[in-house]
Amino acid sequence: MSPRAAWRLEALGFTQVHDYVAGKADWGSAGLRLEGDNPSNTRVSAYVRGDVPTCHLDERLRDVRQRLSESGWDLCFVVNEQHVLLGRLSKRALRSEDDASVEEAMTPGPSTIRPSARLEAIVERMQRQNLTNLPVTTSDGRLVGVLLRETAERALQG
Amino acid sequence: MPTPIDREEVQRLLAKRAQLVEVLPPDEYRDEHLPGAMNIPLKTLDAETTGPLDRSRPLIVYCYDYQ
Repeated sequence: MSPRAAWRLEALGFTQVHDYVAGKADWGSAGLRLEGDNPSNTRVSAYVRGDVPTCHLDERLRDVRQRLSESGWDLCFVVNEQHVLLGRLSKRALRSEDDASVEEAMTPGPSTIRPSARLEAIVERMQRQNLTNLPVTTSDGRLVGVLLRETAERALQG
Repeated sequence: MPTPIDREEVQRLLAKRAQLVEVLPPDEYRDEHLPGAMNIPLKTLDAETTGPLDRSRPLIVYCYDYQ
């Protein structure tokens, strides 16, 4: 729709017309604020924990475990240098005594949600699928953080 | 020719006083929109509705996504 609008504006004599083709879905997916009657506080972006631990493919599980024990978290997402989400370390992997590499131990390709997703729909999905958390990424796969079900449910209860 | 831009370029242009126009229908605009955006639905774009826009400043149009 916006390309047609941009061309129409040029036809009306505007000379500096730019088309933000990815639109407000992209804006919201980056966690940026939107205004309106149904604004961002009903979106996942308002409740994302950006401090969730991350690790890289070539790290050893032992080192990641050590880091997590100091942070209090019991989950860790695997990202590359561009912060694109590659996998997650399950609680089982983190509790094991193995000293495999992160690449060997991770569960690849976890399901993700966008920051712009409606909180209510996501909580319903988490309850239905019995998920305690979900990674939140931008539309190009970069990790924004994690949505914890407990936090989301509390938010909906007001 | 209109220039396709990404989010970073939107932010850069807004810092240079660009105008934002959402071209979706009013109910979708009321639901949510980018901060500072005005609403001129595509179907109503004409000389009269665009009259308040400043032709000397950059103009950014957007809708929901690649629709």
